[in-house]
Amino acid sequence: MGKKIILLADTERSEQEKLRDFYTSFANLIKDNGLEDSVSLVRAADIGIYAKGFAVKIFPQGTIYTGVKDGDIARIIEASVKADGVLNDLLFKEEPKQIRIVLRNCGVIDPESIDEYIACRGYGALKKILSGMTPADVIEEMKKSGLRGRGGAGYPTWMKWKFTRESQGDKKYVICNADEGDPGAYMDRSVLEGDPHSVIEGLIIAGYTIGAGMGYMYIRAEYPLAVERVKKAIEQAYDCGLLGKNILGTDFSFDIDIRLGAGAFVCGEETALIASIEGRRGTPRPRPPYPSVSGLWGKPTAINNVETLANVPYIILEGGDKFASIGTEKSKGTKVFALTGKVKNSGLVEVPMGITLREIVFDIGGGMLTDKPIKAVQTGGPSGGVIPVDYLDTPVDYENLQKLGSIMGSGGMIVMDESDCIVDIAKFYLGFCVDESCGKCAPCRIGGYQMLNVLNGIAAGSGTLEDLDKLRRLAQAMQRASLCALGQTAANPVMSSLKYFENEYREHIVNRKCRSHKCRSLMTYSIIQDKCKRCRVCVINCPVNAIEGDREKGFFIDASKCIKCGKCFEVCKFQSIAKE
Amino acid sequence: MLIKARINGIDVQVEKGTTILEAAGTVQLKIPTLCKHPDLHASAACGICIVRIRGSAKMLRACCTPLEEGMDIITHDPEIVAVRRTVLELILSKHPNDCLKCGRNNDCELQKLAADFGIRQESFKNFLSPLPPDDSTGTIVLEPQKCILCGRCVDVCQNMQNVWALSFLERGFGTRISPAGDIKLADSPCVRCGQCSNHCPTGAIVEKDDSGRVWEALQDPDKYCVVQIAPAVRVAVGEAFGYPVGTNLTRKLYSLLRRLGFKAVFDTNFAADVTIMEEGTEFVERFTKHKGPLPLITTCCPSWVDFMEKFHPDMMEYFSSCKSPQEILGVLAKTYYAEKKGIDPAKIFVVSIMPCTSKKYEIKRCEEMFASGCQDVDVSLTTRELARMIKQAGIDFVNLPDEDPDHILGDYTGAGVIFGATGGVMEAALRTAYFVLNGKNLKKVDFEDLRGLNGVKEAEIQIDGKKIRVAIAHGLSNVEYVLNKVREAKKNNQELPYHFIEVMACAGGCVGGGGQPYGVTDELRKKRAEGLYKDDKDCQLRFSHENPYIKKLYEEYLGRPLGEKSEHLLHTHYKARPVYIK
Repeated sequence: MGKKIILLADTERSEQEKLRDFYTSFANLIKDNGLEDSVSLVRAADIGIYAKGFAVKIFPQGTIYTGVKDGDIARIIEASVKADGVLNDLLFKEEPKQIRIVLRNCGVIDPESIDEYIACRGYGALKKILSGMTPADVIEEMKKSGLRGRGGAGYPTWMKWKFTRESQGDKKYVICNADEGDPGAYMDRSVLEGDPHSVIEGLIIAGYTIGAGMGYMYIRAEYPLAVERVKKAIEQAYDCGLLGKNILGTDFSFDIDIRLGAGAFVCGEETALIASIEGRRGTPRPRPPYPSVSGLWGKPTAINNVETLANVPYIILEGGDKFASIGTEKSKGTKVFALTGKVKNSGLVEVPMGITLREIVFDIGGGMLTDKPIKAVQTGGPSGGVIPVDYLDTPVDYENLQKLGSIMGSGGMIVMDESDCIVDIAKFYLGFCVDESCGKCAPCRIGGYQMLNVLNGIAAGSGTLEDLDKLRRLAQAMQRASLCALGQTAANPVMSSLKYFENEYREHIVNRKCRSHKCRSLMTYSIIQDKCKRCRVCVINCPVNAIEGDREKGFFIDASKCIKCGKCFEVCKFQSIAKE
Repeated sequence: MLIKARINGIDVQVEKGTTILEAAGTVQLKIPTLCKHPDLHASAACGICIVRIRGSAKMLRACCTPLEEGMDIITHDPEIVAVRRTVLELILSKHPNDCLKCGRNNDCELQKLAADFGIRQESFKNFLSPLPPDDSTGTIVLEPQKCILCGRCVDVCQNMQNVWALSFLERGFGTRISPAGDIKLADSPCVRCGQCSNHCPTGAIVEKDDSGRVWEALQDPDKYCVVQIAPAVRVAVGEAFGYPVGTNLTRKLYSLLRRLGFKAVFDTNFAADVTIMEEGTEFVERFTKHKGPLPLITTCCPSWVDFMEKFHPDMMEYFSSCKSPQEILGVLAKTYYAEKKGIDPAKIFVVSIMPCTSKKYEIKRCEEMFASGCQDVDVSLTTRELARMIKQAGIDFVNLPDEDPDHILGDYTGAGVIFGATGGVMEAALRTAYFVLNGKNLKKVDFEDLRGLNGVKEAEIQIDGKKIRVAIAHGLSNVEYVLNKVREAKKNNQELPYHFIEVMACAGGCVGGGGQPYGVTDELRKKRAEGLYKDDKDCQLRFSHENPYIKKLYEEYLGRPLGEKSEHLLHTHYKARPVYIK
């Protein structure tokens, strides 16, 4: 009997301790059965199944059990670990909504072990290209796959490689862009931390294809674990002859070095990233020339995102056709999203292109977190837009999201319910871009700031209807005249929310009301006299002494003094403070 | 290779690589810009020059996008104009509205654009950053509040001049221009060349205006005001009065300065002739008698001197000890002229009109600038300040009669006037060196190889069977190439690559100086230089040593070049001034 790998996962995503206890019970029984040498027990973060209790996945059979209770462990060991049988009552039969290509090894293998990666056909793609595929073959395979850049813009990867290959240059470079920076997005970090070799293998293949001898991993310094794992993985690859001179005994030599990003979001933009590696101020420069013609140190350079590169070994091994069989006409393969917000199961999901937002939110995400109805889904992070509930059945791909005024982006996906204020959301995203603007071009630098100022006015109750025109005018200038994508897309969250939720903006302006009670300045607090027990707790806690009165006559909030901090609402034990 | 395309429906045919902006110019279309300057890389910062390809929503920056075969470009449509206007209003929303009090009033690219677009209201709230001005250098004033972050000054300072005094600090809305580390400009590597002020589209960097002190002195009955004008001023000041670029207004300037109230009007060109006598002799002494190391390096340019003292102090021994013409004229006015006229030197107030901001620094550079016993030059004004003074004085400059300078420090030769163009000092020096070495004058006076705007010019001149190798660099970024060749040869004990090196900090030499009228381009530099070379050609005397007043000066006062008196009055020393060290 060969060694078995058993993954344990908590599909409910409850507390860590629960899974730990379950793991301990499982491990103890394995030990009791004397199987510890023939079984490797792994706690997995996410196996793509949700809301089904504890799940057990047994390799190499691939059997999945869900809803496993402690009492089932002994049965499972008996039937499926000692033997290769199946317990039909626990068997998970549904076709999972997720397809894991990018995350294929995440949570499955030890990311610090190159042996485990190799055991999962790791570096098989590299071996395959070095033993008989020309760069043109690789490009052809990539073309068949239809893979488009996962960093956000969706440029066909094969074209980028082809152009860089065809550019003249005594030296060429490939760069892996791991400067993931969208708030709430951690797809790239998870891949780097969970399966660094897949990215390195993708980068080596990219280097081979375009004719580069040097690759850089540009990783943001805020990802120390990712940096550490990538570093270790690079060392291991060198030790195994997968990097360095004459890789696998061929003429192909390739080196990889790590460069750390210093925390500027804009350095995810390729020309700013290049400037940063070169040691200059990280600001974008005009294109053309594109990096494929004149990139790092003026040499032809291909820059690919982490997720893009992680797809590459799969495509080479399985063939472009197989990859292209997943997805829609123009968007092939899968996309990893960081699903979060008011959804039950937040986390990373990897779904085939073309899946609907509704399937992601309700089937994978397990539906809404509270009983409040869904209001919208925000995709694409600070460059994306807000997609209202009416469009939840839209198949997710590059074109469709763009049509809706959002973008695929790098894969942030935030679910919002009725307690989320649309003006507040717009303010948050725009505020992020204003903070992260490099300051080079006027439309982004000043336009974003002015726009945020207008939004702040609306949220503070001093907005006018003319402000809506002003927002549109500013957005137009930013979209059309900003130098790089940061500025060109910074207004998207504002514009898409204004498109679908103009009424909510108007409520803020005309009625001075925020229906979600998020915009503090628009709220009024009052004491419900019938409920008030006159305990004076609110009076004592009010930081500005805005609550007046006495136990005889009752207490009242002086609106002219109230700063709407909400303290009274918080401290009242009798729910006798009204918030409107 | 030529490419064909269309702009606003007009067929254009341009060389491949031509930008849309340049191509539009060939068919009389002017796309507005704010950050682009012909001298500099397109930074693409302002977002004003946007255009689009017909049918596409996307907009491109005309300043940096090359026209491609078959492109169908639209430069003006309602949306493009609307976006330009919004961007312009955004820029104005972070710029003070005090044009009336600004050094660039009426000569400001932002103001002009606002006027062209008919901006009549503030659409957006004005957010001014509370950044104080920096006038620590006493030559240029940085007013970061007025900065629109076009990046020209940074590009000039870092790439054209290789000085790296200015850089961008912080990011986003808080981005600003400042010396790195937020130190004062005077403590930074700044060499006061003023090229930043010359390229700034707004009033964010301007020359320190000293005209008030001159007005005051002119009104003071106890002061005896004399003035000198530098070579490059005469061919540039006319630009402020509608003259064609390069028009030589020397003799109008003489009458103008008299009308302003100066008691004597001198010419820096005369002092340039003195410089040649001293520096030419110094060269011959080092070249033939080995009385000092070679190559000899010129020192007329105070920014170059400052740059060397800061960045290349190992080159100090090669520097000519000769003072610049400005200082020579100043000291001679307060000694020789004062003696001859019987005026108390302390009462003489010397004003110099220079194409240069750095000259304001030079007048107090070290103790030798006080060789007469008091400060040799009291105030140094730029061409731009002079133009304003002319306008303030209400003098109809254009219709002024021509006059002559005042003697003994006013008459000059053609060798003196070409000091204002790159290569001119070298050419003038070689004319006299030839005479000193050979005992006779050159037959062919013009050294065409030494002229023109190539960043580094190298030539070999045969004098009396001896080869003199010379190099000329202008624009400080070109200096390193020349100096490194010298260092390399010294290190390897090889034959010297050059015997004589001329350096001017500003591209084109003083005609392109930091204190000259705005809007300088290579075309302007060329035309201004042509004005000087024409003056040289028209001069009866074209050798400094033939200037009768020079002969007189040495006979009556100085004795001989490099003599004791000359050494005392006309020569100086240098010291290393490392940057970032207190």
